[in-house]
Amino acid sequence: MYDKGKIVPGLIIFVGLMLFAIFNNAGQKPQPPKLEKPEGYKECVLPVEEMKQSHMVLLNEWRDEVIREGKREQVKVGGKMFDKSLQRGCMHCHTSKKKFCDVCHEFASVYPYCWDCHIAPQRDMADQEAK
Amino acid sequence: MDNSRRKFLKIAGISAVATVGAPAALNLLTGNAHASSGHGAPQAAAPAAHGAPAAHGEAPTGKRYGMVIDARKFHANPGLAEKCIEACHTNYNVPDFGNKKDEIKWLWKMPFANAFPEHSHYKKDHTVHSMDFLVTCNHCDKPPCVRACPTKATFKNKDGIVMMDFHRCIGCRFCMAACPYGARSFNWRDPRGSENGVPFIKKLNHDFPTRMRGVVEKCSFCALRLAEGKLPLCVEATGDTGAMFFGDLNDPHSDVSKVLQSKFTIQRKPALGTTPSVFYII
Repeated sequence: MYDKGKIVPGLIIFVGLMLFAIFNNAGQKPQPPKLEKPEGYKECVLPVEEMKQSHMVLLNEWRDEVIREGKREQVKVGGKMFDKSLQRGCMHCHTSKKKFCDVCHEFASVYPYCWDCHIAPQRDMADQEAK
Repeated sequence: MDNSRRKFLKIAGISAVATVGAPAALNLLTGNAHASSGHGAPQAAAPAAHGAPAAHGEAPTGKRYGMVIDARKFHANPGLAEKCIEACHTNYNVPDFGNKKDEIKWLWKMPFANAFPEHSHYKKDHTVHSMDFLVTCNHCDKPPCVRACPTKATFKNKDGIVMMDFHRCIGCRFCMAACPYGARSFNWRDPRGSENGVPFIKKLNHDFPTRMRGVVEKCSFCALRLAEGKLPLCVEATGDTGAMFFGDLNDPHSDVSKVLQSKFTIQRKPALGTTPSVFYII
């Protein structure tokens, strides 16, 4: 092989650099994001695990039921009735988009377009003004 | 070698023809009623599935919300139309871009000649000429916009309301081309934006979303309020002036039906066959 002296060390440096991120984080547990939970509410419309995994599916189902089928009946959770709505339902208890939705979405690097149209709760605006 | 390939192709060809043609041939031979089309069953089921309007003479089933607008009452109460428009547009976060080209309108005013071009306006009385007519989406029984929409973002719901699912709208504007009433508006600009420090939506209603750029919007007959047992905002805004009536056109005892039975009303562009659900007393 020509230029063995350059290629082999070059390769080693390259592979080392590429794998640096893996070795650097080896053995460390990623810190799960800390969400702000609504005060005074004990349960959500579905068990927590299900909500974590498939809240987006539920939101889509609600959307189709409400707009297309006109099934607007409220959902009962812990004796209270809630609208099948993102703005008027979910965000009724989860009063901050920044401290609830965004924390996880940024951690997972997903950027849904809900808030292009839906209006974030007023608390976010108040928080921003207070800063 | 050649011979066997030739044979293989022959057999393959014949079996292909047989698989495709045999069921159709069988249908023809058995004299099945749907045989001619080959897809008879789904076609026969189609009208029921789409909830097509009943043929002439048959009693219609289900709800069909409609509205009667008494133009004389609006003429007698100056500012009432503006009040209705204000009530609607503030509640639904309808932006005001400040120019005609980008204008978004759910409910607006039009002179007679524009609202009713099919009706002769030759030698009409002065009042009609000077009057403005409150117009909105007609929630047609045969909505052309719904036929044009490639994504089913707009559709007719079970109450006869032509609804928009903003999530699905891709902004192709076919519906705008299809609507003969100009009832649909396109968001050329971001409704959340502002110009010279003035936001396009003066005051946000936090109970309803805004739209985003590239989405078509229109009147929804306040479907959400109807579900809550309330009247549409514009009808509510007219108060007890009797300028607007709202209800189920298929229910002979509803407010609208009673008005329609006792007064002469006209529709916008009836000859197009869209069968609008908004009627006018002139």
